[in-house]
Amino acid sequence: MVVAQAGGTFTKIPIPSRQHFMSDQSPSAAHDFIGKEYAAGFVTDIEQETIPPGLDETVITEISKRKNEPSWLLEWRLNAYRRWLEMAEPTWAKVDFESVDYQAISYFSAPSGDKPKSLDEVDPELLRTYEKLGIPLHERELLAGVERDPDAPRIAVDAVFDSVSLVTTFQEELREHGVIFCSFSEAVENHPDLVRKYLGTVVPQSDNFFAALNSAVFSDGSFVYIPKGVRCPMELSTIFRINAQFTGQFERTLIIADEGSYVSYLEGCTAPMRDENQLHAAVVELVALEDASIKYSTVQNWYPGDEDGKGGIYNFVTKRGVCRGNRSHISWTQVETGSAITWKYPSVILRGDNSVGEFYSVAITNNRQQADTGSKMTHIGRNTSSTIISKGISAGKSSNAYRGRVRMNPGATQARNFTQCDSLLIGGQCAAHTFPTIESQRDDAIVEHEATTSKVSEDQLFLCRQRGIDAEKAVAMIVNGFCKEVLRELPMEFAVEASKLLEVSLEGAVG
Amino acid sequence: MKLLELRDLAASVDEKQILNGIDLTVNAGEVHAIMGPNGSGKSTLSNVLAGRDGYTVTNGEMELIGTPVNGMSVEDRALAGLFLGFQHPIEIPGVTNMEFLKVAIDSHLIASGEEEMNTRDFMVQVRDISKRLELSTEFLKRFVNVGFSGGEKKRNEILQLMLLQPRLAFLDETDSGLDVDALQVVARGINEFRSDENGVVLVTHYQRLLNYVNVDFVHIMVNGAIVKTGDAQLAHEVEAQGYAGLGEA
Repeated sequence: MVVAQAGGTFTKIPIPSRQHFMSDQSPSAAHDFIGKEYAAGFVTDIEQETIPPGLDETVITEISKRKNEPSWLLEWRLNAYRRWLEMAEPTWAKVDFESVDYQAISYFSAPSGDKPKSLDEVDPELLRTYEKLGIPLHERELLAGVERDPDAPRIAVDAVFDSVSLVTTFQEELREHGVIFCSFSEAVENHPDLVRKYLGTVVPQSDNFFAALNSAVFSDGSFVYIPKGVRCPMELSTIFRINAQFTGQFERTLIIADEGSYVSYLEGCTAPMRDENQLHAAVVELVALEDASIKYSTVQNWYPGDEDGKGGIYNFVTKRGVCRGNRSHISWTQVETGSAITWKYPSVILRGDNSVGEFYSVAITNNRQQADTGSKMTHIGRNTSSTIISKGISAGKSSNAYRGRVRMNPGATQARNFTQCDSLLIGGQCAAHTFPTIESQRDDAIVEHEATTSKVSEDQLFLCRQRGIDAEKAVAMIVNGFCKEVLRELPMEFAVEASKLLEVSLEGAVG
Repeated sequence: MKLLELRDLAASVDEKQILNGIDLTVNAGEVHAIMGPNGSGKSTLSNVLAGRDGYTVTNGEMELIGTPVNGMSVEDRALAGLFLGFQHPIEIPGVTNMEFLKVAIDSHLIASGEEEMNTRDFMVQVRDISKRLELSTEFLKRFVNVGFSGGEKKRNEILQLMLLQPRLAFLDETDSGLDVDALQVVARGINEFRSDENGVVLVTHYQRLLNYVNVDFVHIMVNGAIVKTGDAQLAHEVEAQGYAGLGEA
């Protein structure tokens, strides 16, 4: 454990840990890796309207027009686009890929026809898509219109298909509590003041290359507003689906929890198996006002590409929350199993006094997947505290990096952070890296960093197999044990799904 | 009924010949002890039997309950009724003993066409066995072998043995590193397990375990071969004379 207490000048403390750790398992013990089963890899065959590939101001104007946006938003988009033109793709992440051809991508694709007004109007082919996805059962049942257990927890779903939201459920009931849960496009239409007040306040347009691109071309996503003192009566969730070929998905999510409110939100993501890489560049902004609490969970299962690294989603996402009010609380939980490349750092700006930021992460990479993920905790208010628990699992020939920054600003008296970074290696050809940074301007700050690296050993597998447990089940059991601290942060209904997903993601990881 | 039959079994590890033609038959209801000095090939024999990667059978035959096991996976041999008691039980952080035992017993049940064990029945059974082995229920909530004392690890092996009820238990130095009290608990477990239906092979350095477990046969293994077979009396001779006196017999 490293406890850093630094004061006076701005001090950077590099953590002596295990950067560039390569598994040293002998070749004889290395396993063969066979292609894993990606159950969500089918294509939905429907008619879609797609803006031809390419990006310029005309395309942005067209997107804005299709969404009937007010002129201020078009201006906002164009401004972001102009800034983006001056920026370059970031190169600091521990990921390796050929530069994306931004003119070869289509920036808008939607099922033909008007937006359905209710579930009955949704194309049955689309409904079947969600049925087949096998994403959390209640949602699937809900979307398929099946009778459900009245005592089961209810979940409101916003289903985003390529560039548009198909349907948002339970809206009426939520409205009775004053909760707004709708697609971003609807929010722009019906709640423009709220959107205008908060859009871009947490992730500025020019925050980074991908955030700027998203600000220019974002299509749909979810919008949530929880009024003062309201505890949202059900889980809210958005299910993102990329379907169209040569298309990027650029969703935008904005969640505002007003004073004393609480919301738990979950997003899930899948895409068909395609040979080309597809770009997903989302921006998520969370705002927690005084005494408000936001719990944001992600189960990311974008298509990871095949065993040779062909195809798969480039997942370049900017997620940030601001604890604006005193005693506010933002908690990120992510289970990252998919994508060819994952580049995301859900972060919290702890501005309010006594505010709390949390980041719980499981990132699993197999075959040729690459993940560079972690969190930034920026302590500004007094007596703020943050926790980072990161579990990285590498199998196949994959690379998994944790990157984090904990920063204590001059006014952040008594700030505290605890970071724990654990890596688990399966097989002998994968890699795990950690890049933690601590910047503290407070000599009363308490920063703790713990890190471990372990391996699923041949001995462990032999013990399990000798007790009749097959190798894949044994690995799943060990991995689940390794991730337990994070999985238990997920809403109950999703924890089981996530744990199954881990199992599927590792299929073929042992010979 | 023959539970195990080895005929002229030879095996190598990393291309080094370790076992040089072993003949051994274990029938139901029998308890055998295999004794031998360090490096005689006792642990290799248990790994070869279990089908561990890296151990190559170079000659001879190996049958488990009448079925040749060559080519069978580790888990299939286990599900067919072979249980290996480990000399150094390995730790599995993050996985509780309880979860591990449940997955193991369920794997056995499913393999024999039955359903997973009902959680309550499982708890009752595991608690009962733990009690008999003088293990607290707290022990079941701990991660598999993590932070266990030497004695706890060995008792945990016996707990798995009693829960899984294999046809043939091959216990590799289960007595090593145990104090007298722990040794008696382990021996009691083995005695409770043994029946007319199953067989037990105790692989050991010393004769002391045999003070608590009655054996039908004692085999002396030297340089990868069984050089002498006798009854319990043979173990006492070894204790008195050492292996050297028997080696060339």
